[in-house]
Amino acid sequence: MAESSQQHIDIHVEFSGGAELLFDKVKEHEVKLSHDNNPWTIRKLLVWIKENLLKERPELFVQEDTVRPGILILVNDADWELVGELEYEIQNKDRIIFISTLHGG
Amino acid sequence: MPVACRMCGGPAVLKRPKTGDAVCKDCFFYAFENEVNYTITNGNLFKRGDRVAVGASGGKDSTVLAYILKLLNERHDYGIELILLSVDEGITGYRDDSLETVKRNQHQYDLPLKIVSYEDLYGWTMDAIVKQIGLKNNCTFCGVFRRQALDRGAMLLKANKIATGHNADDIAETVLMNVLRGDIARLRRCTAITTGAEGGLPRCKPLKYTYEKEIVMYAYFKKLDYFSTECIYSPNAYRGHARTYLKDLERIRPSSIIDLIHSGESLSIKKDVKMPVQGTCTRCGYISSNAICKACTLLEGLNKGLPKLAIGKSNKSRRLLDAASQSSDSTNEKTSPKEKKKDVTF
Repeated sequence: MAESSQQHIDIHVEFSGGAELLFDKVKEHEVKLSHDNNPWTIRKLLVWIKENLLKERPELFVQEDTVRPGILILVNDADWELVGELEYEIQNKDRIIFISTLHGG
Repeated sequence: MPVACRMCGGPAVLKRPKTGDAVCKDCFFYAFENEVNYTITNGNLFKRGDRVAVGASGGKDSTVLAYILKLLNERHDYGIELILLSVDEGITGYRDDSLETVKRNQHQYDLPLKIVSYEDLYGWTMDAIVKQIGLKNNCTFCGVFRRQALDRGAMLLKANKIATGHNADDIAETVLMNVLRGDIARLRRCTAITTGAEGGLPRCKPLKYTYEKEIVMYAYFKKLDYFSTECIYSPNAYRGHARTYLKDLERIRPSSIIDLIHSGESLSIKKDVKMPVQGTCTRCGYISSNAICKACTLLEGLNKGLPKLAIGKSNKSRRLLDAASQSSDSTNEKTSPKEKKKDVTF
């Protein structure tokens, strides 16, 4: 099957504020998500991140089906609470940033 | 479809946890800075001519605090002098990196910086303390020593006030912990916006009503340079549980944090409840509810090679230390090699 630009979306995922410690201290990730018939939501992305990027202690990043309380999510520099949280439909070229508020100085 | 800012109608970037309002970046900055200014002026935190040591760890809270105090001092002409004050606990691989951040902040905000170390003040680094006592209870040493270290550093700087970056989440957490521990004396003190005026220098918390979420968002949007880390020695388990519980509550009802602070502030203690009398340490002069303060007791334990005896109830540890010093005085006239004791004058 030939790959066309419609069959995946490219997004930028970033971890900071200490969240990167769970990802081998790698902050920025360019991610290609293959497109099936169902849209990619944050809910789905969290599962994908847990399975593909997360390196340790998953309970410090996800809890049940959502992100651990105290980790903020920004979608294109806006609070995810404004765009539908878990149900937000991810678009091609989105920038999704996870910032932990749980770490000290 | 972007949500509109409640204040100006522009594209919102943040849902404010305190109010639930959606706000745009500029209106968020405006509200955030105005609210901290309100906290400062309403609580009379500063007087013209004050020399204020800003506790700076390189983390998000203290970085935002240093940035905003500098900004507000200029904008509203508080007429205060600001100095960054950092404590080096002597934890290799933890504090080194964050102190580098503070050193950059010094140039970014054009503020003088002073670093005081546990090693200089007490003769012990946290690395050396952990080597002695292991990974249990080391937070007790660190917490007690840090409190005094800030005071001593500030006095060296001839500052007359200390400002710390404690935020609303920190205070709510502390209220919760003091309730859980039944620590009435601390419960009453912990919500005060200015404390310590009786003994050490007065310390104030200009971010007392500021949510952690907003501090992090403010630092993010302002692109402030801060360092996030976790201490390599201990997760401070008790506070960790309180924090997780609070974060869970916040998700269900964001006002929980401010509500908890309000509860702490509104508590009144019955007159017949016996409270510890705050005096001063007979050894170092620091504020203490016992004849010898916790830092001196801990230090004495360390220097006598009995570090664990100083953990727990003060009276009990005092007796054990006295007993230990009597027996060691009679058997050992010479100063033991462990006695790398520093004079603690305050």
